[in-house]
Amino acid sequence: MGEYFAILFGAIFIYNFVLTRFLGICPFLGVTKRVETSVGMSAAVVFVMVMASIITWLIQIYILEEFGLQYLRTIAFILVIASLVQFVEMAIQKLSPALYEGLGVFLPLITTNCAVLGMAILNIQEQYNILQSIVHAIGAAIGFAIAMVVLAGIRERLELATLSRYYKGASVALIAAGILSVAFQGFAGMM
Amino acid sequence: MSITKEFSKGIIKENPVLRLLLGLCPVLGVTTTAMNGLGMGLASTFVLLCSNIVVSLLRSVIPKKVRIPCFIVVIATFVTIVDMSMNAFLPDLHANLGLFIPLIVVNCMILGRAEAFASKNSLPYSISDGIGMGVGFTVALVLLGGMREILGAGAIFDYSFTPEAFEPFAVFASPAGAFIGLGFLLAGMNLLSKKLKLD
Repeated sequence: MGEYFAILFGAIFIYNFVLTRFLGICPFLGVTKRVETSVGMSAAVVFVMVMASIITWLIQIYILEEFGLQYLRTIAFILVIASLVQFVEMAIQKLSPALYEGLGVFLPLITTNCAVLGMAILNIQEQYNILQSIVHAIGAAIGFAIAMVVLAGIRERLELATLSRYYKGASVALIAAGILSVAFQGFAGMM
Repeated sequence: MSITKEFSKGIIKENPVLRLLLGLCPVLGVTTTAMNGLGMGLASTFVLLCSNIVVSLLRSVIPKKVRIPCFIVVIATFVTIVDMSMNAFLPDLHANLGLFIPLIVVNCMILGRAEAFASKNSLPYSISDGIGMGVGFTVALVLLGGMREILGAGAIFDYSFTPEAFEPFAVFASPAGAFIGLGFLLAGMNLLSKKLKLD
């Protein structure tokens, strides 16, 4: 039990995907202008990450390792993630139009979100078993969501601040993210 | 539209990192030193150039509806080639760049150029666009890597030039330094493009 907690806690705070591992920076800067959109994006990421962690793990163990095809890992994983995102999008549209309204626009963006592929590759590199992979995926997605929502909150306030025009937009958002990252470094002492 | 113009636009006017904000994950992730930045920049340039060539050659064959998966397969093939050759010939650099080598696949700059440029233009233009964008990406990585290496370790390309009394800013070697450094670089770029009247 403690081991699973360590993976979960590590993925959320210590090795936060956005602020420490630098994965998923594009949506981190792109959709954090408002808190609402960042919550929508985070929800879609949680969903896709957990599904992707299960499917890529099964593919790695039962297809790639079984037939000695590990060198195809990058191609196989990105194709699986791309089709998974497409499939999830169609399924949600059919099953729950309300949820689709909420998540719809964010789903296609997730294919090129490197946090999903990065999480799948890390699961294999760390040689996690399936349960550990799922826990790692949940932790990674929660960590991503926390970073997104916190930065969106900061950026909404920054809109009102008086700033040199050269720092407006992405520049000041990155500097704010840097200070946020310093705060997350503090968690490293807890392990 | 001229070939030299397609080449030069990627370096300053449409610099993928500093102007278009594309492919920021490797930019932040690997730039602890100028050398890592250079290695990552060249690896990405190779993938971008090859994918631009293949996509441009196949642009009339690939059906519109499945173009994105097709582009991704092309890109992933070249990333696998880079991954394996770097592992064989430059194992130290490969270990430093780590996870970010397979992640070149999802670098939005490369998919972006395939979609916005190579799938619509003929081979010579696509080659020149690929090299120009790749050089612009590499320049940005080396700039940020150099800045972090000088401030965070007092060295450049592993050559230490600062006096003993210089105390490096540890924050620039840490993840936070990447965000802050890039933030200042972007502000500098905004200033420069204002002065050059690019907007």
